[in-house]
Amino acid sequence: MIRILLVLLASWLTVLSPVQAQEASLQDVLQTHQEEIASPSRRSVGEVLEALVATAHPDLPRFLERWQAREVWVRDADGLFFFVEEGADAITLIDITSLEVVGTAAKAEMTELRPNGGVRRVIGSALVQFQLSDPDIERRIAAVDAIARAMSADQLPALLSAIDNEPDAALKTRKSRLAGMLAASFAETEEARIAAIAGLGSDLSVDVRAVLNQILSTTEGVAAEMPDDANIARVQMPGTDITYTDAYDRLVAANLAPARISNADILAALTEHVAGGMVGGIPTAQLNTLETRRIAYTALAADGLVPPLVTDAERTAMVDAHSFFLAYDEDSSAITDAARASLDTIEQKVALSQAADLTLDALSLASIYFLAAIGLAITFGVMGVINMAHGEFIMMGAYTGYVVQLFVPDYTLSILIALPLAFAITFGAGVAMERTVIRWLYHRPLETLLATFGISIALQQLAKNIFGTQARPLTSPEWLDGALVFNDVIAISYIRIAIFVLALVFLALILFVLKRTRLGLEVRAVTQNPGMAASMGINPDRINMLTFGLGSGIAGIAGVAIGLYAKVTSEMGSDYIVQSFMTVVVGGVGNVWGTLAGASMIGFLQKGIEWMNPSNTLAAQTFMILFIILFIQFRPKGIVALKGRAAGD
Amino acid sequence: MNNTLLEVDGVSVTFDGFRAINNLSIQIAEPELRAIIGPNGAGKTTFMDIITGKTRPDEGKVIWGERNISLLKMSESQIAQQGIGRKFQKPTVFEAQTVRENLAMALKNKRGPFDVLFFRSNPSIEGEIVELAEEIGLQDALDTPSGILSHGQKQWLEIGMLLAQDPRLLLVDEPAAGMTQAEREQTTEILVRAAQTRAVVVVEHDMEFVRRLNCKVTVLHEGSVLAEGSLDHVTANQTVIDVYLGR
Amino acid sequence: MRKTFISQNPSVLWFLAALGLFTLIVTILSEGFGLGIVSTSFIKTLGKTLCLCLIAIAMDVVWGYCGILSLGHFAFFGLGGYAIGMWLMYARTETIVVESLAGNIIPPTEQEVIDAIGTQIFGVVGSSEFPLIWAFADSLVLQLLMVVLVPGLLALVFGWLAFRSRVTGVYLSILTQAMTLALALYLFQNDSGLRGNNGLSGLQNIPGFEATPQATISIVFFWASAFALCAGYLFFAWIVSGKLGSVLRAIRDNEARVRFLGYHVESYKLFVFTITAVVSGIAGALYYPQAGIINPAEIAPIASIYLAVWVAIGGRGRLYGAVIGAAFVSLLSSWFTGGGAPDIPLGFYTIQWTDWWLVLLGVSFVAVTLFFPQGIGGLFDKLVRKQP
Repeated sequence: MIRILLVLLASWLTVLSPVQAQEASLQDVLQTHQEEIASPSRRSVGEVLEALVATAHPDLPRFLERWQAREVWVRDADGLFFFVEEGADAITLIDITSLEVVGTAAKAEMTELRPNGGVRRVIGSALVQFQLSDPDIERRIAAVDAIARAMSADQLPALLSAIDNEPDAALKTRKSRLAGMLAASFAETEEARIAAIAGLGSDLSVDVRAVLNQILSTTEGVAAEMPDDANIARVQMPGTDITYTDAYDRLVAANLAPARISNADILAALTEHVAGGMVGGIPTAQLNTLETRRIAYTALAADGLVPPLVTDAERTAMVDAHSFFLAYDEDSSAITDAARASLDTIEQKVALSQAADLTLDALSLASIYFLAAIGLAITFGVMGVINMAHGEFIMMGAYTGYVVQLFVPDYTLSILIALPLAFAITFGAGVAMERTVIRWLYHRPLETLLATFGISIALQQLAKNIFGTQARPLTSPEWLDGALVFNDVIAISYIRIAIFVLALVFLALILFVLKRTRLGLEVRAVTQNPGMAASMGINPDRINMLTFGLGSGIAGIAGVAIGLYAKVTSEMGSDYIVQSFMTVVVGGVGNVWGTLAGASMIGFLQKGIEWMNPSNTLAAQTFMILFIILFIQFRPKGIVALKGRAAGD
Repeated sequence: MNNTLLEVDGVSVTFDGFRAINNLSIQIAEPELRAIIGPNGAGKTTFMDIITGKTRPDEGKVIWGERNISLLKMSESQIAQQGIGRKFQKPTVFEAQTVRENLAMALKNKRGPFDVLFFRSNPSIEGEIVELAEEIGLQDALDTPSGILSHGQKQWLEIGMLLAQDPRLLLVDEPAAGMTQAEREQTTEILVRAAQTRAVVVVEHDMEFVRRLNCKVTVLHEGSVLAEGSLDHVTANQTVIDVYLGR
Repeated sequence: MRKTFISQNPSVLWFLAALGLFTLIVTILSEGFGLGIVSTSFIKTLGKTLCLCLIAIAMDVVWGYCGILSLGHFAFFGLGGYAIGMWLMYARTETIVVESLAGNIIPPTEQEVIDAIGTQIFGVVGSSEFPLIWAFADSLVLQLLMVVLVPGLLALVFGWLAFRSRVTGVYLSILTQAMTLALALYLFQNDSGLRGNNGLSGLQNIPGFEATPQATISIVFFWASAFALCAGYLFFAWIVSGKLGSVLRAIRDNEARVRFLGYHVESYKLFVFTITAVVSGIAGALYYPQAGIINPAEIAPIASIYLAVWVAIGGRGRLYGAVIGAAFVSLLSSWFTGGGAPDIPLGFYTIQWTDWWLVLLGVSFVAVTLFFPQGIGGLFDKLVRKQP
């Protein structure tokens, strides 16, 4: 079959070879078809174009383009074709070969060629073969795009001939892919199509899948006997593969059974035939049950006024007497089998890739939750303080980023300024809050929760008063636009990668601070036994203040990161607060690894549920929370639990 | 021993790799007064935690009563209802409530929420409360919020609450801590009297106090029994001396 | 020695007397039965406030007495509202549908009536089928039972799970908040069977009383709310004043110690959690016919937190404190946000209370927590004790 393709190709190349075509000028060639060109019709233009293309005249493409663009005029006197420049009353004539000005004419002497839409399309497809080999890569790409947009059989030879001499590697690949897709659908022999279909098996792109699905398209069928000549995709047994109702509807549609008479139809028929408060021998007042209505209708049918009812048993019998099936539109079973095999291979690969893509999505969600929750985990774990205003610190960070962008228009620079600034501002806010409120409420955790909630609503409303209720943008730098594309299915945006990296950096940083610095040592000491720590000369007040500031500061940075991919609003904090708490609680309090585990679990869980039920993120969240509530049942202290007396009770 | 009330057999418990109790076996008879001593970290409090159900051991058995019931499957409240009372190291009485309310709560009665909801006091119950208050010397403070009692009084109130539960086994963690000499003597008296009809286990640091109890002593060290016998017997034991003085 | 419950708790009498007097005055001033000085809409506001006071005392019992900071009681309130709202909406739509179908030449079948009601109610979410949960919507008695059963069962199951695994303190608060959030998110869905974020509406129209003016209906609901508050107050006062109250306060102060006394703490918590959830459901069932509409936003976690705020401002651990807090803060809130409070011009900036009320509330809440942990009720106590 490849041989056949090659023969085809060779014949086209001979036709197109420019060597033979230099004798006659383009004008002469055109004049042989003068009439058809001057007033082309949808039907005749094909032959003319074929003849013109056969001459392979080098100036032909330009002419065709101008013709298609309605820029060619004909001189009425001698029927010669010209390109023109329109003046106020005279027209400047330009030779179609040399492109030199050859004279002027009055408008009255000339007629503009106005090919209609159908003709222009035909010209266009003839042009494609020239454009496919055009020296300008932009035009070659445009030609390929045009073919991909509307695939048809006649483009295949032109495309095949334009593959070998394509200099650009990427475009060459695209061309052969497209040729493969075209060949799968339109190659002349069955062998050629099967070979082409098999060649598609490694391609994950949506358009390849569309081509295969197109080949595998089916039509619902019904017949008394299963037809022998049809390419049956699937036999549908009524009751298992297809409901009796649908099966009967198909019978009705195929005129193999009388139409079903619904309750509404009965009601309409009865209403129509009411006479003197009676219909079908029954007073209308009694017609308030389906039973009486049916009796009345049967009476009407007996009088021949309405079509008779079809009983359920009759319907079932009729359905059972017929065979229902799905038949491929493609007649050759060899081709559909090949397409099915290719599609299966592809779908398997797509499923794997989707799993990988989902994993990446889940990872990025997990890193967002980690960033949002880690600050909370620190304050909660070290100080046992629930900070309901944590979400508002995230919001403050995001607004900091927004305000910085108002003053620093360079996005890269503004983000670089915003990150430390957000940390500083929320650190300050956290320390202020710790000094003024929280430190008076140690050992009263529930009251801390409520007091910080008071701060939370005040801050939220304050943000609303200052920045308004509408969402504010926080624009990411240009180099973060776009996505890292692995294949047609796996892709991840650079912002998400950046957030992932940021989360990793913070994980490392926090681990470093907690495990390797003096501050970390003191913090851990205070976490485990505040009384003992105090007696060893650690000032728990100072540690609490710094810890709280640190936790809040990280929230600020998380806010900048979250603001980059979500909108900045005064309520954005409350969107994350419950998830953050969940992360901390699920992960286990007082442990960085626990928070990481919690964030991963919640991130993966949420993506997993969304994947199972993609239409409904609300349901996904509901199920996730229910799952977490159940999870807490089995691990009340979270994934990474402290044990022993240190855990306290 | 056929009158064994509590048998702890081969119990071990580990906290994050630290073996707090290591193959510990102790038997308590009824009635009996037993003192448990040992240096810090010997596992005295964890031992009580295991009996009262606060901590679950990794291995071993805890058998209770004539019918040899295992305590390991029970919740704290079920164990308490079996007749095991516990007094904590730090006095924990309900400070917002009066002495009377504290005692009434501890008094042996049905413990279900609906029993309590429909509970109505009667003169015999009130009489019991007054009796108990007299025993612990708080008869004049019945309607005082227990938060304003002195440290020693709180300790007594807690012992009173223990007695009100009428337990078969009393676990008492450092009852004499922070008491004056006179208060200690009265505490000793209460405990000794209680031990005439039930089992009483006292965990104590104070050797003087233990001596006054004049009972069998068990020495714990690193989570297992180091020595057992009369106080003079165990204090003569060279290992015990090493453990107490060696570090 | 023994005293009756009321004589032990004179404050209960004082409260009931005050509530009775208040009801009487409002009735006299109302449009429906009196002088017409107080508008019908304000009567409704007062009636709703009484319902809020009822859920506030439930919250006070569960938090102030038992130490469980539940951030989920408003969910129970909402469920009660939904349960009664289903009947109100069904019965009212039925009346309308039957009226409109009466003109047909051929009378409708039962199924046609039900289908038409379904289309009326669920058309807004693109459906016409009745979900399973509406199975009893045509029966007032069964829906009234739902008012009690649905919040009660949810509280029972949730509480059993949570208390069994010893989730306490802030963990429990967060868990209850998660439960509330899950419920709200579920109800927000169009296929929840409760009309998604449209919620249930037209609840102020009481089926069978189409001819009765709202002025009359409002005062009847006001009485019902006052009666419910009175009954709820007595009930909770009875619970917390006896030995059960003593155990509950002990659990609040030191749960582990109560366990070692032989009390099964989890049962007590479950009992209180469930019983207060039921009362919250009843409060909701009285509230929403006065409000006229219920939607999932009402259940959002923030509402339950406000509930805690009322109780804290009113003063925990005393029932009248909860009533004072709920009445004071919710009325003040509607005064400020309703534009009743005058703006304060500062020259360079004008403080509009619709914008600044929440800031004020947040800050004053922090202040109350810090400086008056006993709340308004605590101040009240001090005043009463100072006068011999």
